[in-house]
Amino acid sequence: MLPPARHWLGGSCFSGVLFGCGIAASMIDLFIFHLALQWHHFYDLSTSEVALTADGFFHAFGWFITVWGLFLLADIRRRAQVHWARWSGAVLTGVGFFQLFDGVVFHKLLGIHQIRYGVDLFVYDLTWIGSAVVLLIIGLLILRRTRPAQVPA
Amino acid sequence: MDHHGEPLEGLGLEPADPLIWAGLDVVVVLLLLAAVCIHTAGLWAARRRSPWPRHRSLLFHLGLICAAGGLLGPVATAAHTSFTAHMLGHLLLGMIAPLLLVLSAPVTLALRALPVHAARGLTRALRSPGVRVLTHPVVAAVLNAGGLWLLYTTDLFRVMHVSPVAYALVHLHIFVAGYVFTASLIGVDPDPHRASMPVRAAVLILFIAAHSILAKWLYAHPPAGVEPGDGKTGAQLMYYGGDVVDISLLVLLFAGWYSATRPRHRAHDAVTSR
Repeated sequence: MLPPARHWLGGSCFSGVLFGCGIAASMIDLFIFHLALQWHHFYDLSTSEVALTADGFFHAFGWFITVWGLFLLADIRRRAQVHWARWSGAVLTGVGFFQLFDGVVFHKLLGIHQIRYGVDLFVYDLTWIGSAVVLLIIGLLILRRTRPAQVPA
Repeated sequence: MDHHGEPLEGLGLEPADPLIWAGLDVVVVLLLLAAVCIHTAGLWAARRRSPWPRHRSLLFHLGLICAAGGLLGPVATAAHTSFTAHMLGHLLLGMIAPLLLVLSAPVTLALRALPVHAARGLTRALRSPGVRVLTHPVVAAVLNAGGLWLLYTTDLFRVMHVSPVAYALVHLHIFVAGYVFTASLIGVDPDPHRASMPVRAAVLILFIAAHSILAKWLYAHPPAGVEPGDGKTGAQLMYYGGDVVDISLLVLLFAGWYSATRPRHRAHDAVTSR
């Protein structure tokens, strides 16, 4: 028997979006772009102090929500069954949303760092922002298809 | 030791007698040995109670080894000339050793080992207003991160390498502030004034941000007298090494929340919800 519907903060959707935003902010950038491809490094020395401060807070917040999202998932698992399809959709939504935010705010508006150096950035920016929008749309579609059934009053 | 006499123009300080530096090393060795002896005596005094978990004793000794690694031996020796080695020493002394020692629950062991009246005295001391203020996460984080900003953005870093007193005080501060900060966030010892989860979470986020901002700032502005290449490697070590410990703190913070919010037994829920 499942427990009664709980607050949205405890739901798999919230956990998945947090985890998705978190891995997009912390792990994907670190493991793929810094360590594997080495397209950009942790600091390119061109950043203004305001942007550096903003970057520090987003760095801390990214890891925080990654761990928070996973512990919320563990909490849901021990209380009820996890709707994995819905959770996965929420993760994709989170990754897409954060990547879009990163591409527009960090790369373009604040200019903290670029995706790659010494190349024509337009193609990279287009791929980055385009793939973010695609991920976001797929995630939102999955979330829509897996909406909990309306309980008749 | 002859590595303390770096050229330090403009500070008006003469390099101290090598004997004083050697004396400082002896004091550190004695303090570490005293910690091992007190811990062993505590285990012996509490031998009639339920057995003390072995992993806690292991964590205690690993913590002391990390502190020793930051203060004595090759890392500490190299730290007088290499910024990267200095950063490794600080990571060991200010972050990893405090984390391991906090997880070894030394206050709990002391409360078990001490006679009742002495244990009550310790509890009273821990409840006193001064300790309560110092062990608040906000105060502990300011002391910890503030100490780092002072060390790396003022002349303190250069003074520390010529003055044994400054060296001893800076390292004492780094260790104690690291311990109190870690204990205020994820301590396993009894804490009568434990801050709420939102406060601890916010403090940890701010601390991680401050740590990473300082690391990147140091990458661009190494302390006076540090080679640019050495400064960059040291700053990256601070950034990534600090991240490993910070993420461990995050996981431990949430693990504490996870076990504290364990759901009650179903039958109990059914009874209370009727």
